[in-house]
Amino acid sequence: MSATFVGMPAFPEAAREAVRNPTLRGNLRHATHTIRAKRARAVGELSDWAGLREAGRRIKDHTLRHLDRYLEQLEESVTAAGGTVHWAADAEEANRIVTELVRATGESEVVKVKSMATQEIELNEALAAAGIRAYETDLAELIVQLGKDRPSHILVPAIHRNRGEIRDIFAREMREWGRPAPEDLTDTPADLAEAARLHLREKFLRAKVGISGANFMVAETGTLVVVESEGNGRMCLTLPETLISVVGIEKIVPTWRDLEVFLQTLPRSSTAERMNPYTSMWTGTTDEDGPRAFHLVLLDNGRTDTLADTVGRQALRCIRCSACLNVCPVYERAGGHAYGSVYPGPIGAILSPQLRGTGSEIDASLPYASSLCGACYEVCPVAIDIPEVLVHLRERVVEGGPAVRRGNKVLLKPAKGHAAERAAMRAARWAFAHPGALRAGQRLASRTRRLHPRTLPGPGRAWSGARDLPAVPPEPFRDWWQRTRGGKDGDR
Amino acid sequence: MRVALFLTCVNDTLYPDTGRAVVKLLTRLGVDVDFPMDQTCCGQAHYNTGYRHEAEPLARHFSDVFRDYEAIVTPSGSCGAMVRELYPRLGERARAEGRGDGLARALAPVVPKTYELTEFLVDVLGVTDVGAYYPHKVTYHPTCHGLRGLGLGDRPRRLLKAVQGLELAELPGAAECCGFGGTFAVKNAAVSAAMGVDKVRDAEATGAEVLCAADNSCLMHIGGTMSRLGSGMRPVHIAEILASTEEEPAV
Amino acid sequence: MNSRERILGRVRRALADVTPDERPYEQAVPRDYLRAHGERTAGETVDLLAENLADYRAIVHRTDAEELPTLVMRLLAAHGSREVLVPPGLPEEWLAATDAVRVPDAPADTAGRLDRVDSVVTGCAVAIAETGTLVLDGSPDQGRRRVSLIPDHHICVVRVPDQVVSSVPQALERLDPARPLTWISGPSATSDIELDRVEGVHGPRTLEVILFG
Repeated sequence: MSATFVGMPAFPEAAREAVRNPTLRGNLRHATHTIRAKRARAVGELSDWAGLREAGRRIKDHTLRHLDRYLEQLEESVTAAGGTVHWAADAEEANRIVTELVRATGESEVVKVKSMATQEIELNEALAAAGIRAYETDLAELIVQLGKDRPSHILVPAIHRNRGEIRDIFAREMREWGRPAPEDLTDTPADLAEAARLHLREKFLRAKVGISGANFMVAETGTLVVVESEGNGRMCLTLPETLISVVGIEKIVPTWRDLEVFLQTLPRSSTAERMNPYTSMWTGTTDEDGPRAFHLVLLDNGRTDTLADTVGRQALRCIRCSACLNVCPVYERAGGHAYGSVYPGPIGAILSPQLRGTGSEIDASLPYASSLCGACYEVCPVAIDIPEVLVHLRERVVEGGPAVRRGNKVLLKPAKGHAAERAAMRAARWAFAHPGALRAGQRLASRTRRLHPRTLPGPGRAWSGARDLPAVPPEPFRDWWQRTRGGKDGDR
Repeated sequence: MRVALFLTCVNDTLYPDTGRAVVKLLTRLGVDVDFPMDQTCCGQAHYNTGYRHEAEPLARHFSDVFRDYEAIVTPSGSCGAMVRELYPRLGERARAEGRGDGLARALAPVVPKTYELTEFLVDVLGVTDVGAYYPHKVTYHPTCHGLRGLGLGDRPRRLLKAVQGLELAELPGAAECCGFGGTFAVKNAAVSAAMGVDKVRDAEATGAEVLCAADNSCLMHIGGTMSRLGSGMRPVHIAEILASTEEEPAV
Repeated sequence: MNSRERILGRVRRALADVTPDERPYEQAVPRDYLRAHGERTAGETVDLLAENLADYRAIVHRTDAEELPTLVMRLLAAHGSREVLVPPGLPEEWLAATDAVRVPDAPADTAGRLDRVDSVVTGCAVAIAETGTLVLDGSPDQGRRRVSLIPDHHICVVRVPDQVVSSVPQALERLDPARPLTWISGPSATSDIELDRVEGVHGPRTLEVILFG
């Protein structure tokens, strides 16, 4: 399997394959159902959850609506605290900046904390092309990296793997990257975690350059926050001499106090814990404690395009907790790879087509990768109305219209492949605007009811491949109503 | 009280028994029900598939047909949610597109007085015991737009619990979508079908004979799956259970 | 145009719908949430801290000034620790009873050197009862961030009730963002295998907390 997402098939094809894979279905069902119940308990402990959720939504909205001001304030605070701020308009520029910073240290390897932003820009591949080896240190990222696999979940990128598969990957691949797995490695999670500890220890202890993302950046103080569990984050953030953090511009909060909201909602929404084991906060550099050099790379890469869409910009409120993935019935069955992006699940279905545009087959299909059941919106700790944005993006796909790409206004054409659907929708609209026509159609259907099959040929198989059609009744309701005046003339 | 039945295009065409059941039930409870013959479709399928501009004339038509009634009752959670939740959004978007307040104003009258059936019974009529009799073991699936869109809460289950002879079995994973999702059912048929099968298996595990819901579009998907799987269960709309009496029992 | 100007320009164009008279930050964010969850006495807050620490597999001990040195000695001995890492400002008396070799955290020492030390004893800046969290801020009794990270056994002494707050909002009020902060809630853990939590990855696998007062 390729490590990138280029040339992904549209969601329905990829999902169809996933649905047929019983191991994958079992792994995802087990993991998502485990975390769902736990999240509900952790959230239930806080009687003011609705207030926290609303405050989180409003903090993020306010920040986004004044993002230019807060970016400048953040730059000033970070610089004053001893950091250096870089700006990257797209993935290529971010990769170039990071590569040059690593080269300047003279090092040829780096340790990495799990970061969605660096996955999004495919930094590891860019570093490899420059002869720099990047070691992923988060357990799940390690599983993905060793397995030459792709991430399938925001929080737990190896959620599609069960313990037996992880054991096999460790036993087979660790020797290629450094210390081999213990000979007698079992598939108990504790043993697997121990194997990762031993394998990565030497890398942490000798690392000179660390690369991270950040969960939050505080504009008024210049503080960055990384929320994690294993301690690999602390290792990468404190032991190297140089720290490079690549962070999306939407990760800002205005004030120190704002963290009081997100440090309550994020852990409970993501790992369903009252608090995650480790949170690191740093402001620039500190004498004789931690890295001597700190570089912050602020990443756009489609975020300002997303910001320009007044309906779609709410996706930038996302704090990457992954509660929406865990609760999503479509994600549970299709798996993360079907979404063709490092951002899978409901949030991915609205984020990827905005960050990347709806030009590719996969991106144009993502807004439809949902039954609009609303479970994602219900659990979102920053109240992103994902169904609303999905429908909005469907409109962009079928109708086209104005959008912003790479900072420029463009007029999108309707996507190909929707012509028949568009004609059907128009015809239906016409019939529904003419009750007489609707009625004629209903009567025709009723009169020919004995001829109707319970399954359909051709495109209709999409329905009847798995479901029988309902029988058409002898008369539509409106005929009964008119004949009996609502039953007043007898029911027959 | 002059109440309009907004039956929905799907029920009118495919599930007239549900419409007859609503009429029978509301009449029994002393409500004067009318069925405006010019009603067609609320535009939900258009809107949710991305054809918002095609949905607008349907919404205007809906408002023209129903605006003069005191209450509009529909036996469909999703169509009810379309009017209540999404009609205001149609107006807002038209305004944001520089088309003025016309659409918002045209749709405003019908929004607050549109009720899903179980809401109308419990909140407006103030009844939970509707005098029904239905001697079967039933499990209830709360459909997504009723549950999370309209916030129907425990209203349907309170109504079912008051039905004489009815044994209510709790559905495991009840809040999870059945996989219908309108055009999702055909655009992502494989996932939709897998969700449907899981829903039917969960329902079968309750030992109930009947799976009941307040939306026939979901029941069409669940029922079609049951029939394909050769399940012994059958789908029944909640209106048909609530309309059933000892004198005139529904099957 | 450099990328800074390009990005800021894109942001400003994207926000064309935002009018200058929008509500300022103070009014834009409602704070309709609690400063703390539930009413508790100071003693009950400490009890809750102990309960939540233990719930995430920290080992909790309670003691007073007189017994503290003996307790530290016993915990180090029970762990078989021959060497203990000592932040520069750790109160001398805490280690008065142990004969483990004291290793000061010298800037010149490599991470590899610290990796051979068995245990570390630190104080803390604040502890949060509702979440079972200890916050270290690099003060002299806590040392550099790496000291509480590399040794596999961390003993953290919390002065109760003074250092204990109920909630996350109360903790943030007490902390100085200019200092490097480490929030610790239990020993290192992961949920990366089947989304089930197991303890013990890269950070200290044993976290012992002494509630002292």
